Amino acid sequence: MSEKFDCRDAFGKALEELAASDERVVVVVNDSVGSSKLNAFKKAFPERVVNVGIAEQDLIGVSAGLANGGKRPFVSGASCFLTGRATEQIKVDLAYSHANVKVCGMSSGIAYGELGASHHSIEDIAWMRAIADMTIIVPADPVETYQAMHAIHKFDGPVFLRVSRYPVPVVHPEGYQFEIGKAVQLREGSDITIIANGTMVTVALQGAELLAQQGIQARVLNLATVRPIDQQAILKAASETKGIITIEEATTSGSMGGAVAEVVVQNQPVPMRLLGFPGVFMPTGSVSFLFDYFGLNPAGIEKAAFELLGR
Amino acid sequence: MFIYLEDTLITDPKLLYEKSYEIRRHNMKTIVKAKLGHTGGDLSVTDILTTLYFGVLNVDPSNPTDPERDRLILSKGHCSGAFYTILAYRGFFPVEMLDTYEQALSPLNGHPSNTKLPGIEASTGPLGHGLPFGVGTAIAAKMDKSPRRVFVITGDGELQEGSNWEAAMSAAHHKLDNLTVIIDRNGLQQGDYTEATNRLEPLADKWRAFGWEVVEVDGHDHAALLDLFQRVPLQKGKPTCVLAHTHKGQGVSFVKDQVGWHHRVMTQEELAQALVELGEVQA
Repeated sequence: MSEKFDCRDAFGKALEELAASDERVVVVVNDSVGSSKLNAFKKAFPERVVNVGIAEQDLIGVSAGLANGGKRPFVSGASCFLTGRATEQIKVDLAYSHANVKVCGMSSGIAYGELGASHHSIEDIAWMRAIADMTIIVPADPVETYQAMHAIHKFDGPVFLRVSRYPVPVVHPEGYQFEIGKAVQLREGSDITIIANGTMVTVALQGAELLAQQGIQARVLNLATVRPIDQQAILKAASETKGIITIEEATTSGSMGGAVAEVVVQNQPVPMRLLGFPGVFMPTGSVSFLFDYFGLNPAGIEKAAFELLGR
Repeated sequence: MFIYLEDTLITDPKLLYEKSYEIRRHNMKTIVKAKLGHTGGDLSVTDILTTLYFGVLNVDPSNPTDPERDRLILSKGHCSGAFYTILAYRGFFPVEMLDTYEQALSPLNGHPSNTKLPGIEASTGPLGHGLPFGVGTAIAAKMDKSPRRVFVITGDGELQEGSNWEAAMSAAHHKLDNLTVIIDRNGLQQGDYTEATNRLEPLADKWRAFGWEVVEVDGHDHAALLDLFQRVPLQKGKPTCVLAHTHKGQGVSFVKDQVGWHHRVMTQEELAQALVELGEVQA
């Protein structure tokens, strides 16, 4: 687990493969070729890159029009602008219209660190989750990012894929098969469950390791697909363990933790702790500083587990 | 395989005129029955829509998703009453369905949705959505080296939405001469005159400055509209902007140019008078 990867590289690699095998695949960007790591794609398929410039409403509308014209658009841009500035276009032009467009939010969460809260995208999952019929996927590592790209290409309908630039290790075992809507258990445990996605999956595994040293066996689930949510895996965890901790690089209001809580509270109530950013704008700081500042680390998981287990 | 329906298109402006008044009459009855609708805007855009659907567009109601069809995007989606009436008369769905306009569970939603009815390219209603969509599908046609054309109809007040100008820039940049925007320039928006709300003029100059070929036309003159739509693109490598000068409420004297008729619905007495006016007008 030592070598770390920028998931945008896996995103670009998958996109090149998809473009090579499907002539309908096009990329739509808002001056974001470099920031999406699509320079190699642009070199290989210059005619398949539609750059609308710095204009996110146009970006989404154009992608919907391209889909209407028979193309398979993958929109790629900084998630903060893509999802925030074009929310209504995503709702109406894509989701309501069932447009076959994949919205790929780059450098999501707090990946832009010191650039500040204006450039953070901690709201994107909550915003997308409020829109009917949006499939939402938050891959954890390059393996899952790559596989998710191929899966969403096969999937008919609008998808929000959230990609980070923050380096992460590979967390999935060899032979892992990503499936839309399926949570995957990365560690067994019967005391509590930690549900994570994106950059926080590796933190969840480290947290489980720390808990194991205290004699607490934590189950770890990677819930890469936030919608459609894997109710079965969540309810199994709720019935087989004594509590659930969710951890994600997002606001705790309405993101993955909120989605899990909605399932738990209505079906199999167990105590929960939601780790993320608690409804505040970030102070200035690097990504790793901010993770620690808000307890998105193994110690934060340990603290939450102790609370749940009454230690 | 695509069949070009030239033989079904109406090329006599007098017949287009008559068709547009038949549609107006049905549309007004539908609105009064539903007690909902956008009376003024429907009457404003009817001649443009009628000319396109019956005289210009390469569309086949029996094969509404043909990849090579022309695309018409009604960005001013609140004028669904006129739009649905024309789609029904053109054969996309049964005319009887108009009786369900805005009724519970009807596919004839207040604003058009592409998933509810055939013949609708884009779900519109929120303003400023149609032109970006049109730019995208026009780019797709260019990529395919297809002769299919794209027409987007916007309101004029709608141009206060910045997304139109994002799209206007990108259309010119991408040299989309297969794209025509038609502005239903009736001078009124929901609450007031456009010029009293957030000034649009000099509107033609704005579009020229954005790199479009601009032409002005009487938006109720079927002969002029037909001639123009048959001739676009007017200049190779440039998108076309048609500034169609119209009257909100065209055809009904007490509705014409009145700001209060944006979404007011006629009484039975008013409808009776309107139908007389809409039936009596001579070409």
